[in-house]
Amino acid sequence: MQQTFQDTVKAQILVIGNGMVGHHFIEQLRQRDAGCSVTVLCGEPQLAYDRVYLSSYFTGTPFSELLMSTEQWYQEQQVDLQLNCWVERIVPTERLVYCRDGRVFSYEKLVLATGSYPFVPPIPGNDQPHCLVYRTLQDLQNIEASAAQSKVGVVIGGGLLGLEAANALKQLGLETHVVEFAPQLMAVQLDQAGGALLAQKIQQLGVTVHTGKATQAIAPGTQYRYQLQFADGSRLETDLVLFSAGIRPYDQLGRSSGLVVGERGGIVINDLCQTSDPSIYAIGECALWQQKIFGLVAPGYQMARVVADRLVNQQQATLTFSGADMSTKLKLLGVEVGSIGDTHARTPGAMSYLFTDPKAGHYKKLVVSPNGKKLLGAVLVGDTSGYDTLLQYALNEMPLPANPEQLILPASGQTALPALVLPDSATICSCHNVAKGDIVGAIGAGVCDLASIKHCTKAATGCGGCSALLKSVVDEELKARGVEVSNHLCEHFAYSRQELLHLIQVEGLTTFYQILSQHGKGHGCEICKPTIGSLLASVYNEYVLKKPHVGLQDTNDTFLANMQKDGSYSIVPRIAGGEITADKLIVIGQVAKDFNLYCKITGGQRIDLFGARLEQLPQIWRLLVDAGFETGHAYGKSLRTVKSCVGSTWCRYGVQDSVGQAIAIENRYKGLRAPHKIKMAVSGCTRECAEAQSKDIGIIATERGWNLYVCGNGGMRPRHADLFATDLDTNTLISYIDRILMFYIKTADRLTRTSVWLEKLDGGLAYLQDVVINDSLGIAAELEAQMQRLAGTYACEWKATLDDPQALKRFRHFVNSDKADSNILFVEERAQIRPATAEEKQQFQLQIPVKNLTEESIA
Amino acid sequence: MSFQEICSLDDLVENSGVCVLVAEQQVALFWLRPDDSGGTGELFAVGNFDPVGGANVLSRGILGSVGDKLVVASPLYKQHFCLRTGQCLQDPSLSVPVYPVMLSHHKVLIGSQPVAVDAVAA
Repeated sequence: MQQTFQDTVKAQILVIGNGMVGHHFIEQLRQRDAGCSVTVLCGEPQLAYDRVYLSSYFTGTPFSELLMSTEQWYQEQQVDLQLNCWVERIVPTERLVYCRDGRVFSYEKLVLATGSYPFVPPIPGNDQPHCLVYRTLQDLQNIEASAAQSKVGVVIGGGLLGLEAANALKQLGLETHVVEFAPQLMAVQLDQAGGALLAQKIQQLGVTVHTGKATQAIAPGTQYRYQLQFADGSRLETDLVLFSAGIRPYDQLGRSSGLVVGERGGIVINDLCQTSDPSIYAIGECALWQQKIFGLVAPGYQMARVVADRLVNQQQATLTFSGADMSTKLKLLGVEVGSIGDTHARTPGAMSYLFTDPKAGHYKKLVVSPNGKKLLGAVLVGDTSGYDTLLQYALNEMPLPANPEQLILPASGQTALPALVLPDSATICSCHNVAKGDIVGAIGAGVCDLASIKHCTKAATGCGGCSALLKSVVDEELKARGVEVSNHLCEHFAYSRQELLHLIQVEGLTTFYQILSQHGKGHGCEICKPTIGSLLASVYNEYVLKKPHVGLQDTNDTFLANMQKDGSYSIVPRIAGGEITADKLIVIGQVAKDFNLYCKITGGQRIDLFGARLEQLPQIWRLLVDAGFETGHAYGKSLRTVKSCVGSTWCRYGVQDSVGQAIAIENRYKGLRAPHKIKMAVSGCTRECAEAQSKDIGIIATERGWNLYVCGNGGMRPRHADLFATDLDTNTLISYIDRILMFYIKTADRLTRTSVWLEKLDGGLAYLQDVVINDSLGIAAELEAQMQRLAGTYACEWKATLDDPQALKRFRHFVNSDKADSNILFVEERAQIRPATAEEKQQFQLQIPVKNLTEESIA
Repeated sequence: MSFQEICSLDDLVENSGVCVLVAEQQVALFWLRPDDSGGTGELFAVGNFDPVGGANVLSRGILGSVGDKLVVASPLYKQHFCLRTGQCLQDPSLSVPVYPVMLSHHKVLIGSQPVAVDAVAA
C-alpha cells in the first residue's frame, strides 16, 4: 500500500472526461472555489470543443474556434490537465483510478463526465469502410474523406442529429437521403403532422426522405458502393452510410467498478448527481436520472452546476437537479422547427389547437390543459417566431389568454409576450441558467446596456437563441425605470437615422446645415455629420468631396484612404471579384516599390498598400488611375468586395461562373453608400470556397441557378447568413439584391450591419422575404428604380478628385509649407516598412512635431 | 505676442480644418462658418498633435459641439478637444495648445506662441 501511494498523484477532485459538460464543471467549480486541487483526465488528444456547432467545421470554421478553452486557461486555473489519458478502471473502495499507461490517481471526490457514443444498429455489413458515425471531430474528418470519393450518401436515423448529419452530407455535395425506421421524422420532438410537413419541406430542399424503413443489411451495390436492403423488400444504393440512430452512455467505468447502472445503460444518479457511491458523481450524457438520459447540453450544464455547488459548499449547498426542459428551437436544413413540452398531447384530457398554412408551409400546434388555462406543449414547423413567447407560457405555467389560438394565428396583432409580465423566476437563457430576476438585478446594480448585461450575466452567450427575448427584457426594464431607450442619432438630432432620411427626402434638403437649422441644434458632431453625409450620398449620389459635404466626412472619406495609427494612410484599389491581370499586378507592385509602401493581401481578395503620406496619395492614385484602377472604397461605409472562388471556368466542381457573377455584382454596387460597410461573395458550387454564408449578401451557385443568402457576418459578432431564396436566375437575383440593399439603406440605424438590422427587423427574415419577394409593401419597383439611378450615376471618387484642382489642394500636410510630417517615420521589418515606435522615434532624436522633410523619409 | 501671416482665407475649408506651420510648430486651423451665419464665421487654432493617438492628425478631425462647447473630434480615437481651451473632454488631464488667431484683409494671422488656456476660456 505504502508503495502504491508514493507513485500516486493525489487530487482532491478528480474529473474523468473533458467534453462540454466536463469543461463546464471546471468553470463552475473555479467560479466558486479557486483553492482545491483538481485533476482532469481526458482520453482524447485535445481539449473540450463545442459539439453543438461541430457541423460548422464543414462550412469552414477552423477547429480552433470550436475549442471551449485553451491549455493555458487550465494552467491559469491551476487545474492539472492530462490529455491522452485513458482510464482503465476505478477502485471505489480505495478511491483510486488506474490508467492504461500505468499511472494511478487518488481522489477524495470523483466526477464522471464520460459522455456518450453513437449507437450503431446491429445491421449486417455495418462495419464496412464507408459506414460512419457523426459525433467527434475525427468522425467529421472521416466523413469528409469518404465524401470526396462518393456521390450518394445515406443517413440512417431521422432524428434531430440525423437531419443535421444530412445537412452536412448535402453541404459536402452528395446526393443525400435520410432513412428513418419510424413512420415520421423527429418522432421525439414533433407530432405526426409536423413530422410530415418537415419531411415535405426537406424533400423540396433536395434531400430524399424515406420513413417507415427498417434496414436489414448493407450489401455490395451495383451502381454505387453499397446497397441498403429494407424489410419491405425495397433497396437503396449509396456510396456512404452515416449512422445517427441515437446515443448510448459511456458507462463502462461505472459498470466495472460496481456502480449501479440502468437496465438500458447510464450510471444512475440522484438529485445531487451522486452515484450509488456517495464519493462519485456523474454528469452529462453518461448519467441516468429517473430512468432518463439527457442528450442536450443544457441539462448537462445544470448537472455540472449542481455538483460544483455540492463539492464547494458541502452542507450549505442549495442546488439540486430536478430534470430539464427538453424544448428545442432550431433550423434543420434551413427549415425552422420548434418543439415544446408535451408535443403529442399525451396528458390526459389535453386539448390541441392546430393551424396550417399549406401555401407558406407553416404548421403550428398548441397543446393546452383540460381547463384551457395552461400551455402544455407546442409544435412549430416552418415558422418559429412565436417560440419564445410559447416557451415562457409553458415553463412559467402562466395563464393563457382567453383565446389561446391567437398565439399561433398569423397577423392577429400583439402575440409576443411583453417581457414585463414574466415572473422574476422565468428562465431567459437556459444555456447559462439566467433568470429574468438575474437580469433585473444587474440593471438594478447599474448595468445599463445590453452588451454589458450579456457580459456580466452570460445571458445569450451560449446558443444565442434568447437574444431577442433578452433585449426586450432589458428594454422594458429600462423603460419601466424611466431610462429612455433612445434611438436619437446624437445630442444634435432627436431623430433616428431612418427618420432623418424621410425628412431629407420629403423636404428635399440637400445640405447638412439646412437639415441642422431646421431639425437639429448645436453644431453637429462626428456622429451626425458622417451619417447625414452618407444619407445625402445615398439619396443624391453626389461627389462626396463637393464643397458643402467636405466637413461632414470622416477623415477616411475626406482623403479617400484609410488613416493608420501614425497618421499615414493605406490604399486599396478595387480588384473586382479578386480577378487581376499580370500587368495590373505589376503596376501595383511598381507603385508600392516606388513609394516604399508596405504590402498586405486582404481577406477580401485585394491588396492593401500601407504607409502613404497624405501628400503622396494623389501621386499614387494618378499612377493607379492611369493604369485602369478605380478606388476600392475600403475607407467608406459602402460596398467593399465581392469575393469569389474560381468557379466553373476552371474548377472541376464549379457549376456556374462565380467570378463573372462576382465582377458583375461588384461593378453594379461599387460606391453605394450605406449605414455600414457591405461585403459580398459568390461561390461557384456548394463547397462554398468563397465563404458566402458569412457575408451580408452571399450567393452560391446551384445546378439550376443561384441560391441567395442574406445578412451573414464575420468579424467580432459572427452570424451565419440566412437562406433567402433558391435557384434564382441572374435577373431575379439582381432585382432581389437591389431591393434588399435599398430597403436596408432606408431602414437601418447608423453603423448597423445587415446582420443586426435583420435581427432587429420586426418579423425578421420572413418579413424581409415578404417585402422583397412578394412586394408586400408595394415598394419593390421604387427600390429597384432608386438602386438603378445610383448605379447609373457611379463615378470613381479618385478619378474625380484628380480632375479637380480645388479638391487636390487638400492633399498637403501644411497649407503654407511643402514640408512633410516628420512624425511619420518607418523602420524595416521582414524586408518591408512599419511605423516606428515612440521609443524608436526618440532614438532617432527627432523633435516632434516638425523637422524638415529629407530624402530618407521618402525613399 | 507677434502675429504671423500664415495663409489666405481661400486656403481654408469651410466647417473643416487644415494644418499650418507656425514657428516650426504644427497647428490645426479650423474655420467654422454655418451657412446661415452670413458673415465670415469664426477661426480656431490648436496644436495638431493628438496626445492620445500620438500623431499629427487633429486638423483632419470633424468639427462639432458637445453641449455648448465647440470641439474637434480626433480622427484616430474620437476624443473631443475644446477649440477654445484645448482641453480633452474625455480626459481633463490632457490638452492641446491653443493659438491666438485673427483675420485681416482676407489673410489669416496666428500668434507664434500658444496662449494660456485661462485667458482663452475667459
